[in-house]
Amino acid sequence: MSTASLLNMSGIVKKFSGVIALNGVNFNLEKGEVVSLCGENGSGKSTLMKVLTGVHPFGSYEGDIYYKGELLQSRNIGDSEEKGIAIIHQELTLVKELSILENIFLGAEISRHGVLDHSAMYKQTKALLTRVKLDVDPDTPVRTLGVGQQQLVEIAKALSKNAEILVLDEPSAPLTESETEVLLAIVKQLRSEGVSCVYISHKLNEVKEISDRICVIRDGEHIGTQDAKQMTTDDIISMMVGRELKELFPREEHDIGEPILKVGPVTAKISKAANLYQVKDVSFELRKGEILGVAGLVGSGRTELMQCIYGSYNGVYECPIELNGQSIKIRNPEQALSQGIAMVPEDRKRHGIVPIMGVGQNITLAGLSMFAGLGQALDESAENRAIKESIARLKVKTAGQELAIKSLSGGNQQKAILAKFLLLEPGILILDEPTRGIDVGAKYEIYKLMFELVKQGISIIMVSSELPEVLGISDRVLVMHEGKLKGVLENQGLTQEQVMDCALAEE
Amino acid sequence: MTTQQTTISANSQGASVLDQLKQIKLQVLVMFAAIAVIMLFFYFATDGSYLTPRNVSNLLRQTAITGILAIGMVYVIISAEIDLSVGSMMGLLGGAAAIMDVWWGLPLPLTVVLTLTAGFLLGLWNGWWVAYRKVPSFIVTLAGLLAFRGILVGITGGSTVAPTSPEMSLIGQSYLPNMFSMIASIGALSLFFVWQQRLRKQREAHGLSNPAMTSDVLKFGAIAIFALGLVFLLNDYRGVPFPVLLLVVLMLIAAFIGKKTAFGRRIYAIGGNIEAARLSGINVEATKLKVFAINGLLVGMAGLILASRLGAGSPSAGNIAELDAIAACVIGGTSLAGGVGTVFGAVLGAFIMASLDNGMSMMDVPTYWQSIIKGSILLLAVWMDVASKKRA
Repeated sequence: MSTASLLNMSGIVKKFSGVIALNGVNFNLEKGEVVSLCGENGSGKSTLMKVLTGVHPFGSYEGDIYYKGELLQSRNIGDSEEKGIAIIHQELTLVKELSILENIFLGAEISRHGVLDHSAMYKQTKALLTRVKLDVDPDTPVRTLGVGQQQLVEIAKALSKNAEILVLDEPSAPLTESETEVLLAIVKQLRSEGVSCVYISHKLNEVKEISDRICVIRDGEHIGTQDAKQMTTDDIISMMVGRELKELFPREEHDIGEPILKVGPVTAKISKAANLYQVKDVSFELRKGEILGVAGLVGSGRTELMQCIYGSYNGVYECPIELNGQSIKIRNPEQALSQGIAMVPEDRKRHGIVPIMGVGQNITLAGLSMFAGLGQALDESAENRAIKESIARLKVKTAGQELAIKSLSGGNQQKAILAKFLLLEPGILILDEPTRGIDVGAKYEIYKLMFELVKQGISIIMVSSELPEVLGISDRVLVMHEGKLKGVLENQGLTQEQVMDCALAEE
Repeated sequence: MTTQQTTISANSQGASVLDQLKQIKLQVLVMFAAIAVIMLFFYFATDGSYLTPRNVSNLLRQTAITGILAIGMVYVIISAEIDLSVGSMMGLLGGAAAIMDVWWGLPLPLTVVLTLTAGFLLGLWNGWWVAYRKVPSFIVTLAGLLAFRGILVGITGGSTVAPTSPEMSLIGQSYLPNMFSMIASIGALSLFFVWQQRLRKQREAHGLSNPAMTSDVLKFGAIAIFALGLVFLLNDYRGVPFPVLLLVVLMLIAAFIGKKTAFGRRIYAIGGNIEAARLSGINVEATKLKVFAINGLLVGMAGLILASRLGAGSPSAGNIAELDAIAACVIGGTSLAGGVGTVFGAVLGAFIMASLDNGMSMMDVPTYWQSIIKGSILLLAVWMDVASKKRA
């Protein structure tokens, strides 16, 4: 093999019980290079990285991996890490109750005569944190850090193990824009220090900005690897989906009626003793058949506001609601749903799915009473019919309704969760980050569905961190910042700058 | 061309055999294999007296109490909770029944109703603390384990309450008429068969895959032979013991609730992901309360059978029965993490526990050895389950 490349993966084939996940994928990485890996959910990106990092051990796949000119034979993640290949997952794996220092040296503690050498670790941690530009004391507990800062700690942890290849799996998904900028700057700096990165993200503008080369995978096939400078975002998308997507946001005309929901003033804080209000004096109206976008940075109180309306906020709050001119009380999701208010939660894995249950049973979970007769016995015929209709309507791609939902891709899980709440025929649908971590194709289908729903007279509130999405879909935009409502903007030629100005404007 | 075809057909055949094997759940197979090994071992170790009608009758009556406790416990565990108080609770309820019967001389129906009501209320008590006061169930029921036993010792004054009335002993020591058992079991089996066929058709109509007809018929045949054989065997002694009938009926009802009702589905969902369940509009607290209350009711039934079998209320009755029930559930494939488990598995688990107890007692194995062996088997069973899941 040539010793030119730091990493050379060639002809990688990986099968899961007969189903081909990767079919002869080639991937190479030079020293000090950033290569982005693009592809829809389920295209095989994660599988490829699992092969690289030893999650799928040597022998469980076909093809060769040459690292520094030698055949890589990892039996597990530890083997790869030792050789300098580290992965940072989308879901952070830090121990929240431990400090930064303790997390970084977890499993590799420095000790002298069996006693932890705190000062040595402190010094090293400090140096690592400087490298990732995180100006925090190493003894700070991780739980007090924001998501962005935690990610930097993860990177520092990988660097502490002398990582030469750093795989970043959707690192920017939970980050705000400014946090993302910091992250990208650090990746660039690491590159100049000779660290190579594999960057996985659905946010193509980031991919464009950060990458030297871009590798696109579709359905387990290697579609192509090209110089990032020569590719436009449209090029990447069409390579990913295998067709030209005319428009990202399939906006359709729809009629907007009178206000049906009046909320507020909403006030919420974590506990009675807390000083900080997560939501403070926010009031707004929702009109029939409109899509109301809610924009704001992470921590602006968007999600908390929605939880108050849905009755799922875990804290002390007040949230007067008037539905169709009548004031109603909502204390829990059960009551919200009975009033026709449904919410698709932000965190799919933690709050959306029951992982070990079948796709079908997840879909009917919220609407079980509809199928329950005498003695709560389920009418399975009716239930199966509803499941079949839902799967067809939302185009959920699944091998069968009895398949455990955890084995579906993120986009299809999200469609199943949507189906669950649509089964109840809600009048008001709250979508919290409906397209987070979902590929372009599934996003498009969800947008289409949203317009179909508002045409039927359903009102939608959509919370999203992605401003282009908010601007591309919403009729009006609610702008929040630090728990306060900063403005409600009509979306007619609205720009991202206008929204950001509104969010950050002084009172 | 021809070679290609043959490989394809060979492949698909291989797959279908494998699929058939998968459909008969591995865990159930392992459990039946374990039961067969235990039966054979004790059969030879006791020169055949282990499988005499008299002893089988005994064995099944022993299974009844642990089995009924396991039926209640399995849903507690599926909802990702635990109940450590059932042993003490069973002792207390059995003791209370004995007091009503012996000291107060209440008529049997009244004793039964009062005992079951008390069980239901104690279950509600546990459930209320767990669901609405958010105290971890381990602690709530550990408190119950201590307190219920304390109450029992207090109300009996630490002495045995005996002898119970002849009516009272009907519950645990009566047998069904031979004809009745035969007709009832044949009737139940036929109903089961018809129902299974209807389910098959329904599944087909909805485009869901069915296990192969042959494997279904085989399964049914095995169940039918086993059930009818058992009834024959028992009829050869005194007939089917009433507690065994109760166990079977409760098992069927509980299985129906678990798999075919909205309530049952919600229990699995809560154990699988409590937050997703809550956000889907499920009243998590009320569901948990009901699960604990039903468990209490079942403990009441077990308590009545126990008092009736012992012919007395004893301050130490039901000691560590909760561990037998939990072990039965776990051996039967219930996951302590919640969301996974079946009633049939739990009852089979109870049967295994009772088989070991019974066999070792017949062989005059010292009780301390019995504990050691039971503990080892529990550990082994769960390890095998964990190991097999890792491989899959």
